Amino acid sequence: MPGPMKELRDGSVTRALLSKIGGKTSGLDRPVRIMEVCGTHTMTIHRYGLKTLLEEAGVDMVSGPGCPVCITPNEVHEACIDLVTKRERFILASFGDMTRVPTGKGSLQTAVPAPDSRVKIVYSPEEALAMARGNPAKEVVFFGVGFETTIPAIALTVKRAAEEGVPNFSTLSALWLIPPALRAILQAGETAVAGFLYPGHVSAIIGLEPYRFIAEEYRVPGAVAGFEPNDILLGISAILDQIAAGRPGVHLEYGRVVNPRGNPVAQAVMEEMLEPRDAFWRGLGRIPRSGLGLKERYGAYDASVKHALGIKEGSGDLPGCRCGEVLRGLISPPQCPLFGKRCGPDSPFGPCMVSFEGACFIYHKYDQRSGNG
Amino acid sequence: MGRMATTEGKAVSLELGSGGKRMRDFIASHIVPAFHNPFLDDLGDASHLPMGVAFTTDSYVVDPIFFPGGDIGTLAVNGTVNDLVVSGAVPRFLSLALILEEGLPWLDLERILRSIKRAASRADVRVAAGDTKVVRRGQADKIYINTSGVGLTVARPRTSLIRPGDLIILTGTLGEHSLAVMLAREEFGLESRVRSDCAPLTYLLPLWEMGALWMRDITRGGLATILSELAEKVPHALLLEEEKIPLSLAVRGASELLGIDPLYLACEGRAVIVAPRKKAGSMLSKIRKSPLGKRAAIIGRVDDQTGRAGELLLSTMTGGLRLLEPLTSELLPRIC
Amino acid sequence: MCLGIPAKITQIDASKQGKVDYLGTKVKVDFSLLEDVRPGDWVIVHAGFAITRLDEEEAQETLTLLREIAQAEGE
Repeated sequence: MPGPMKELRDGSVTRALLSKIGGKTSGLDRPVRIMEVCGTHTMTIHRYGLKTLLEEAGVDMVSGPGCPVCITPNEVHEACIDLVTKRERFILASFGDMTRVPTGKGSLQTAVPAPDSRVKIVYSPEEALAMARGNPAKEVVFFGVGFETTIPAIALTVKRAAEEGVPNFSTLSALWLIPPALRAILQAGETAVAGFLYPGHVSAIIGLEPYRFIAEEYRVPGAVAGFEPNDILLGISAILDQIAAGRPGVHLEYGRVVNPRGNPVAQAVMEEMLEPRDAFWRGLGRIPRSGLGLKERYGAYDASVKHALGIKEGSGDLPGCRCGEVLRGLISPPQCPLFGKRCGPDSPFGPCMVSFEGACFIYHKYDQRSGNG
Repeated sequence: MGRMATTEGKAVSLELGSGGKRMRDFIASHIVPAFHNPFLDDLGDASHLPMGVAFTTDSYVVDPIFFPGGDIGTLAVNGTVNDLVVSGAVPRFLSLALILEEGLPWLDLERILRSIKRAASRADVRVAAGDTKVVRRGQADKIYINTSGVGLTVARPRTSLIRPGDLIILTGTLGEHSLAVMLAREEFGLESRVRSDCAPLTYLLPLWEMGALWMRDITRGGLATILSELAEKVPHALLLEEEKIPLSLAVRGASELLGIDPLYLACEGRAVIVAPRKKAGSMLSKIRKSPLGKRAAIIGRVDDQTGRAGELLLSTMTGGLRLLEPLTSELLPRIC
Repeated sequence: MCLGIPAKITQIDASKQGKVDYLGTKVKVDFSLLEDVRPGDWVIVHAGFAITRLDEEEAQETLTLLREIAQAEGE
C-alpha cells in the first residue's frame, strides 16, 4: 500500500456508484447541475466517458474556470511571444499546455524565434532556473502560469533565484486563485449550480477553509474530490447527500491527500514571496484580489518589471470569442456560434478550444458524438 | 498546379515537421498538388510502381542520435524497411545518404555505421547505393540520414475489403521508443529501464498471405493517430478496448507522471493490423511466435453499432466511451 | 490544472532533493514544500515538486468504502 489502489478505477465500483447516484437524483430536481472547477476533473470525466454516464444518472456536469490556459488573457501570451521573437539570446521556458494558445501573433509553438532564441518546454519551474544557471549568456524568462497547486513551486523557485542572485532569470507570472473566482461567479448570480466539485490538489495547498463561505454565505454544497473516476463519483454522491439533507458544507472525499489545513510550508512561501492583486480573468473580467504577484522587492525576478513589458489588460481578446460565457458555465460549447465551424481543435479560435482541458476542446473530442453537435 | 494556400506565418515553423495535422495538411495542400500522380496521391507508406516493386523514402534527424536500445542508424534502416513491409512489399535494397556535420566524432560515426550494418543484416536488406556529404560545423546537427527503400510487391493493403466484425491486432506494447528518446534527452530527471522498441517488422510479412487487409507501423502520432486516419478512410467505426491495449509498466508510469497519453506515443517497431474475423486467431498465433510479438493482442474491431462511420472510439476501463482523434500538434507533457 | 501522481520516495538528500518511483519509472523531485518526509513515504508530485504526502489510513478508508459500495449494490 498504497500501490495501485485499483478500486479507484474499478469498473464494477463505478457502476455501483452510478447506480447510487441515480437513486439519489431520482428524489431531486433532475438534472442536478454540478460544476467541476478544476480542469483535471473535467479531463478525467471525459477521459473515462463519465459525462454521458452521469447524465443518464441525472447529473449534469458543468465546467468551471479552473483551466489556466483558458483564463490567462491573450495579452500575456503575446508578451511571451514578443520576448522570444523580437529579442536575441532569449530562452522562453513554459509549461507545454500554454504553448498552443492562438493569439493575434500566432502561438508560442508556431512562433519563429529570433536568432539564438528559443522556446523550451519544461515540466518544472526548477528546470527553467537550471537553464538560466547553465546558460549565463542567455536571458531566461519562465512563463509561470498556475493555480494554487503550482504557485508554491513557482514562488519557491523565484526565492532560490533571489537567494543565489541569478542575474539572467525572471518569471512572467500569471497566478490565479480559485476561491475569489468562485465568489465572483456566485455573486454574478448567472450560473445556477446545485453544487461544486472542488479541486483536489489546490485544496492540498489551501485546505478546506477557503471554500467555507460558499456553503455558509451562498448555501451551495460542495466536495473536495480526488482525480480517479471513482473519487469523482464519491464526491458527487456526497454533494447529493448535502442537497437532500439541506445541509451545505465542504465534504472531504480526498482525505488521503488533503489535510483540512492545507500545506503550511507551501502557504508560507507563497506569503513570503507574493501578494494578492486584482486580476483580469479571460471571460470573467477583473476580479478583486484574485491573483498573486511578486512583491516589489523581487522586481528583478519579475519579467514584466525587468523587461518593461507593459502588458495592457483586455487588449488581446479575439472578437467574437465566447469563451468567457463557457467559463462561467452560462453556455455549453455547442451553443457558441463559432463552435465546430470557425473554432475547432485544429484551428482553435479561443482558449477553451486550445487547452486540452478547455470545455470546448473536450466537448468536441468526447461529447459531440452523443448527439448534440 | 493549383493555387498554394499560405501557411501561417512567413517561415517554416518546427510544428510543420511534427507529424501532426499541420504536416499532413502541408503535404495535402503543397506536395500532392505540385507533384500529383497516381503513385504519390495514395499517400501510403510506400508507393507500388508498375515494375512489381514498392518504393519509399524517409529522412532521420532524431536528436539525440544515441538512445537506449538504438541509434539514428538503427532507425534509418528499420523505419524504411517497415514502411515497405506494411505496404505489402518484401524489403530488398536501401540507399543510404549521410549528411555529416564537420566535427562529428569519428567514433560516433563508426558506431552508427555498425548499427546500420547490423540492422540491415537483421532485416535482410542490402545497402545498394549511397552518398556522403559533410557540411560546416553548425549547419547540421551531428548527422542526418536519408534512406530510400525498394521492395518486391507481394500484396496490397485493401481498405475497401474491411468489414464490421474484422479485428484489430496490435503487435506489442506502446511508446517505448518515445520514452527512450526522452530518457536520452535527459528530460525531467527521468530514470527508467526502458529501451527503444526499434525493430524490423519483416516477421509480419507472412500475414499478407494469410489474409491481412491492412497494416501500419505506429510512428509519429501514435496508435490513436494511425487508427483515426484509418477510420476516416473506411466507411465504418473502429472500437478499441482500453484494457486490451498492452502497455509496459515503464510507459504507464512515465506517461502518468508526465501527463502524456500513451495512445499518442511513437514507436519504431510496432504495427497495427486489420485482420478478417476468421483469420485473426491464426494471425495472432503467428505473430506471437516471434520474440518481437510476444505481447501482441487483439485490441479492437470494426464496429458499426457503437459509433458513426469514420470514428475511432475507445471503450474505457470504467465502462465509458471516448472518441479518439488524430494528434493535431506536438505532444506536450501536461502539467494541468 | 492539478495533475499530480502518487509516487514513492526512493531517495532524498539533505537539501531536500531526491527521486520518486512510480511503477518503476523514477523522476527527480524537490521535497522542499514538505516537512518530515523520508524514503518509503508516498507523495503527490506536481511540476517537479512534492506538494503533499499520502495518508495511508485515509487511503485504506476510501478503498474500503468503495469496496463496500460495490458489494452493497451487487446484492
